[in-house]
Amino acid sequence: MKRLMLGNEAIARGAYEAGVRVATAYPGTPSTEITEFAAKYDEIYAEWSPNEKVALEVAIGASFAGARAMVAMKHVGLNVAADPLFTVSYTGVNAGLVIVVADDPGMHSSQNEQDSRYYARASQVPMLEPADSQEALDFVKLAFELSEKYDTPVLIRLTTRVAHSQSIVTLGQRAHVPLKEYKKLPDKNVMMPAMARKRHVEVERRMKALAEAANDLWINRVEMGDTSIGIIASGITYQYAKEALPNASFLKLGMINPLPRRLIESFASKVRKLCVLEELEPVLEEQIKSWGIPVIGKEIFPVQGELSANMILEKIAGKAPDVRPAQDLPPRPPVMCPGCPHRGIYYVMKKLRLHATGDIGCYTLGALPPLEAIDTCVCMGASVGMAHGMEKARGKDFSRRLVAVIGDSTFIHSGITGLIDIVYNQGASTVVILDNSTTGMTGHQDHPGTGRTIKGEAVPPLNLVNLIKAIGIEHVRVVDPFDLEEVEKVLKEETQREEPSVVIAQRPCALLSKEMKAPLSIDEDICRLCGVCLRLGCPAIEKKPDGMHINQALCNGCGLCIKVCKFGAIRRAGE
Amino acid sequence: MDTRSILIVGVGGQGTLLASRVLGSLFVDLGYDVKISEVHGMAQRGGSVVTHVRYGTKVFSPLVEPGTADILLAFEKMEALRWIHFLKEQGRAIINSQEIEPMSVIMGAYEYPKDLEDKIRKVCPGAVLFDALAVAKELGNIKVANMVLIGVLARLLDIAPQMWEKAIKTVVPPKTLEINLRAFHRGYNWI
Repeated sequence: MKRLMLGNEAIARGAYEAGVRVATAYPGTPSTEITEFAAKYDEIYAEWSPNEKVALEVAIGASFAGARAMVAMKHVGLNVAADPLFTVSYTGVNAGLVIVVADDPGMHSSQNEQDSRYYARASQVPMLEPADSQEALDFVKLAFELSEKYDTPVLIRLTTRVAHSQSIVTLGQRAHVPLKEYKKLPDKNVMMPAMARKRHVEVERRMKALAEAANDLWINRVEMGDTSIGIIASGITYQYAKEALPNASFLKLGMINPLPRRLIESFASKVRKLCVLEELEPVLEEQIKSWGIPVIGKEIFPVQGELSANMILEKIAGKAPDVRPAQDLPPRPPVMCPGCPHRGIYYVMKKLRLHATGDIGCYTLGALPPLEAIDTCVCMGASVGMAHGMEKARGKDFSRRLVAVIGDSTFIHSGITGLIDIVYNQGASTVVILDNSTTGMTGHQDHPGTGRTIKGEAVPPLNLVNLIKAIGIEHVRVVDPFDLEEVEKVLKEETQREEPSVVIAQRPCALLSKEMKAPLSIDEDICRLCGVCLRLGCPAIEKKPDGMHINQALCNGCGLCIKVCKFGAIRRAGE
Repeated sequence: MDTRSILIVGVGGQGTLLASRVLGSLFVDLGYDVKISEVHGMAQRGGSVVTHVRYGTKVFSPLVEPGTADILLAFEKMEALRWIHFLKEQGRAIINSQEIEPMSVIMGAYEYPKDLEDKIRKVCPGAVLFDALAVAKELGNIKVANMVLIGVLARLLDIAPQMWEKAIKTVVPPKTLEINLRAFHRGYNWI
């Protein structure tokens, strides 16, 4: 049966067909849908783990226990999971273990564009890279075979354009893969120095064997054409290059670590000019050059952003298409939605002129005008530790004008450890948890605080207030971020304290609520054009030449603007 | 058949993803190779969004390159101009005249351009530009504006309406099928 499938859905399908029993993840664009789709199969136990490190550890446990297991994350998630990654490379597996990592060249939805291929090299783990959805499905199945054959975890690298593109796949049946026997194997599974030294030898032996096998592996394939130019490419860059230079000769790599040296040498000898096409870092290029093979790469292609068919056409064939984009159009970056609960608390923070360390989520958008409410964004959980660092650097007076701002899901992911640090090391920071009852930016995934699992089962929700009190914070306040007076009072009181405090701003994400309130409108006779409502940064409130308007197609009727209008000019239809 | 390219653009939240699902289902039914690329995550939150749809005998890249699109389907007027350079010469454009002000305009840093139609027609004189939102309102649900636009697209593509109806049936929830089909036909008969 043929179906149009998102690359991420095809990864999940591949896992299903490979007999996977356990799939774990923490959501992160562009990897999120993998585990959402995996959860739809009754045969697969799937979970949202609190963070990527736990997700990988759960998958390792399942693999050791004899079940095929898969874990998925975005590129920066692999930083969080890097600790277990480097050591599970040494232990190897029992049943197959596949780690899917989705890179984001061009940073469509990320804070950096690091290249995960370096992780494969650094941790000595084989890595496959599919170029479309069919390959995504096939490569996952192959990855499990390789994992068990070579006793190694296997990485699969996606990029945004493979993860979030749909193409046609042929579906297969689920393989019957019985649980493997569980044995206690201290020499293999307990990585103390004496055992690890022996395992490191095994790791090197395995990678050598894989490098040799890669020369004949079916996913590394040569397509000979015009021999004046030979292209080495993998993943999406192969598709761009086929589009731009359909007649060139190609070496398409499906396995990008370790590289098939003999195959590359043989291909290089058959073409007059050799070019390696890769987004981000010169990972393939540097290895190929180290073997004394002349190859063109990053001297003509950028290390930033994505490649494209037009760029390849221009740089290799010298054909630049004549394209003139419109100039000086108003930019349209993403914004917080109409009705977003974060808007209320940010409005007050700006009014009080607080500094704020920020974090990763929809609320990062509050850094942009007009709210400009947060000062920093580094990584998941960083807001809490950074606020503590700022206090220790500049003293308590500075801390009285500072808060850390973090979402509920992000707090559970890695904010909690920073908060323990504040308590232990006698900080006085105020941490604001923006609790919108979901993981918002990635498209509404559940987490330990929502009371539901990825499969929709009801579970007791993590009680944030009890948790925070248990780690030693005495002052925990819960507010409604749309109660502006209360928010202002509470923020003033808590930032002045000599002890650490937490303010939990609780209101569900505006997109979760099914019921739409009637949209609002502005009475032109009452409005004095003061512009205070514009300071909310609501995309539904527009300033037109003839006055302020509320866009009826966008307004969700949340009513926050009614509260900031001093003249009572904003009303709900019918009131 | 050579690969054909359709670029769907708009503002996050306008329903561009539904349009690409209808096209995907249709082209698979017609036996074509199809690739559709869309960006999820951060860009969806009210930002400028784009979906690439390509179909033909064999499709390599899922992305439409500037200067190569056969059709531009724009859900918002300024977004039409932002992406119009993706059209090839003789490419066609279907544009919803709805205006959505970005935050840069709301805050007064920019003005929403007044001469959009002129600029659009300079590049694409035959662009179909109309108020799909008004048509949808008239039908009783502003959410079906996207289906009105798909109807216009169907007329340009020379594929039997029955095939489109089948694709729409596959994609939209049964309880909204009737109004979606009415919206489709209003669009189909627009030009």
